[in-house]
Amino acid sequence: MEAIHLWWIGEKDPGARTLDHVRLHLGRALGTTVRIWEDPARPPDAYDTRRKQWSTSKILAWMGTAGPPGKVLAVTDQDLFIPILTFVFGEAQLGGRAAVVSTARLGEPGLPDPRVALERLAKESVHELGHCFGLVHCDTPGCVMGRSPSARDVDRKRGDFCSKCRDRVMRSGGEAR
Amino acid sequence: MTGENTRVLVVDDEEIVRESLGGWLQEDGFQVSSAPDGRTAVELMKRERWNVMLVDLKMPGMDGLQVLEEARKLQPEAAIIMMTAYATVDTAVTAMKLGAFDYLVKPFDPEELSLLMQKVVAQQSLVRENAVLRKALKKEHRFRDLVSKSAAMQRVFELAQVAARSNSTILVLGESGSGKEVLARTIHEESPRAGGPFVAMSCAALTETLLESELFGHEKGSFTGANARRKGKFEAAAGGTLFLDEIGDISPKLQLDLLRVLEERKFQRVGGNEPIDVDVRIIAATNKDLKKAVADGSFREDLFYRLNVIPVTLPPLRERKEDIPLLVEHFLDRLEAEMKKRVKVSPEAMGALLAHDWPGNVRELRNVLERGAVVAQGDVIKPADLGLAPAPVRAPGANAPGEPVSLEEVEKRHISEVLGHTGGNVSQAARLLGIDRVTLYNKIRKFQLRRDGEDSDPSGT
Repeated sequence: MEAIHLWWIGEKDPGARTLDHVRLHLGRALGTTVRIWEDPARPPDAYDTRRKQWSTSKILAWMGTAGPPGKVLAVTDQDLFIPILTFVFGEAQLGGRAAVVSTARLGEPGLPDPRVALERLAKESVHELGHCFGLVHCDTPGCVMGRSPSARDVDRKRGDFCSKCRDRVMRSGGEAR
Repeated sequence: MTGENTRVLVVDDEEIVRESLGGWLQEDGFQVSSAPDGRTAVELMKRERWNVMLVDLKMPGMDGLQVLEEARKLQPEAAIIMMTAYATVDTAVTAMKLGAFDYLVKPFDPEELSLLMQKVVAQQSLVRENAVLRKALKKEHRFRDLVSKSAAMQRVFELAQVAARSNSTILVLGESGSGKEVLARTIHEESPRAGGPFVAMSCAALTETLLESELFGHEKGSFTGANARRKGKFEAAAGGTLFLDEIGDISPKLQLDLLRVLEERKFQRVGGNEPIDVDVRIIAATNKDLKKAVADGSFREDLFYRLNVIPVTLPPLRERKEDIPLLVEHFLDRLEAEMKKRVKVSPEAMGALLAHDWPGNVRELRNVLERGAVVAQGDVIKPADLGLAPAPVRAPGANAPGEPVSLEEVEKRHISEVLGHTGGNVSQAARLLGIDRVTLYNKIRKFQLRRDGEDSDPSGT
């Protein structure tokens, strides 16, 4: 299986630990090599001045041309949106190549342990990449592909796939464990 | 809960909304299509079935409320969610009153959208489950055109199914309007003779001579006006079933003729000499007490035994009131097909239907529902639409003390009551009143009474 790239496209420095944690988590869940893609380029016209948020569809389109080959997950600290929703934690091209996830709403102020936010980021990263492998939301309790419209829902999930979703990832070219 | 079997139609004039909402819902496993305007949405509704429609309220041309109205007509089972901006929340509330499932204010909170979609999937699966159960129940409570869940009628169904396989004569007993002809037709359709004709004939409507000619046919010149040879019902029903209704009303001479046919399986046309073989299964019916008629000598005992090979008694509707809701649904389905109008019965109207005594049985129920569907304002039949008279408590023509009335008024009330008793069956009412049908029709017209029983073909029991 082709390596997956992890790309920081945020504003502030995420810290080596954050990206490394996500990289290891993705590698374990998908059973593949995950590499950090270092590129200072940022999506030029994805910021919506009226909403003061970043458009995921514009980011995903830009990643298709500006990013590395193969599947790629971009991580940002900017707040993301799709036009119909107030915000999203992330978005992916279903069965496609690109996915993006944001830390902006995963670590609310007053969170007692910063590791909680890091876990949430790791889970949402696996979740969005799961969509790139063609997975839709799953009803199996605890499966990382369970829908998670709130941070509480993210906390309820485990960080890996249920057996059904794992099989689907494997059938679509992944080596999930 | 995923939406794998849920088909969603997103209707919005903004492409970006259609795309982003469609993409989000696809991640939930929904099968999503979209329409850029109301007209396209209506076209899609005519072609395909949708479980959920997310409809923008403000669109150029046909707006969301108009789409909602069309959807309620074309796909009443679909859940419609209106999408609106803050400025149009009032309109969204109007939409809810018009039957929308819910509304969302743009942009939606992801949690709110997610919860709403879960709710709608649960509701749609209930709708589906309900439809499956109703279908199964309908099948269980159905014997072709006969609908009932009462134990007595279930026994009738079983007996009829067995009787259908034989070639024996069947005698169907039951009050007027209880569905004797429907049962006869059903037995015919279930029998090996189903490919042959089903010929129905009322023995009460005609004089003895005419009835004889109708049954057996006549040769040319056999009586005044017999200008050509004519085949009778026995020949018309060859290879099939002959249903003889109101058999208790035939004259002694015809009773004897019929007995001979049943015994010899041969008959002759009126005025003819040539014996003609009978290949007919006879189902006779009456609302009279034939045993009593035999006892008082007005009906031949030997004919009674010939006819009474397999007796089937249809219980009156008042003895199986548990069937009323089932029958109401059956007739409303029928009326929908005939009138292209789907109506419901309000709980109050259903209460009135259950409380009524139904002297005219299922036929009366059908007529009352037909009237209700016609006069109902909108799509709900209310008690007043049914035209059910309050249960009569006084003797015919009786009036409150101190209120003398004219003879004409007494006549009007009496005719009205007898018509109520027969469920609107004019022939039967005329017999009970001792006048001919034409006279009764004239009186009905004169007194402007209801004539809802002319049609004597109840299509369900």
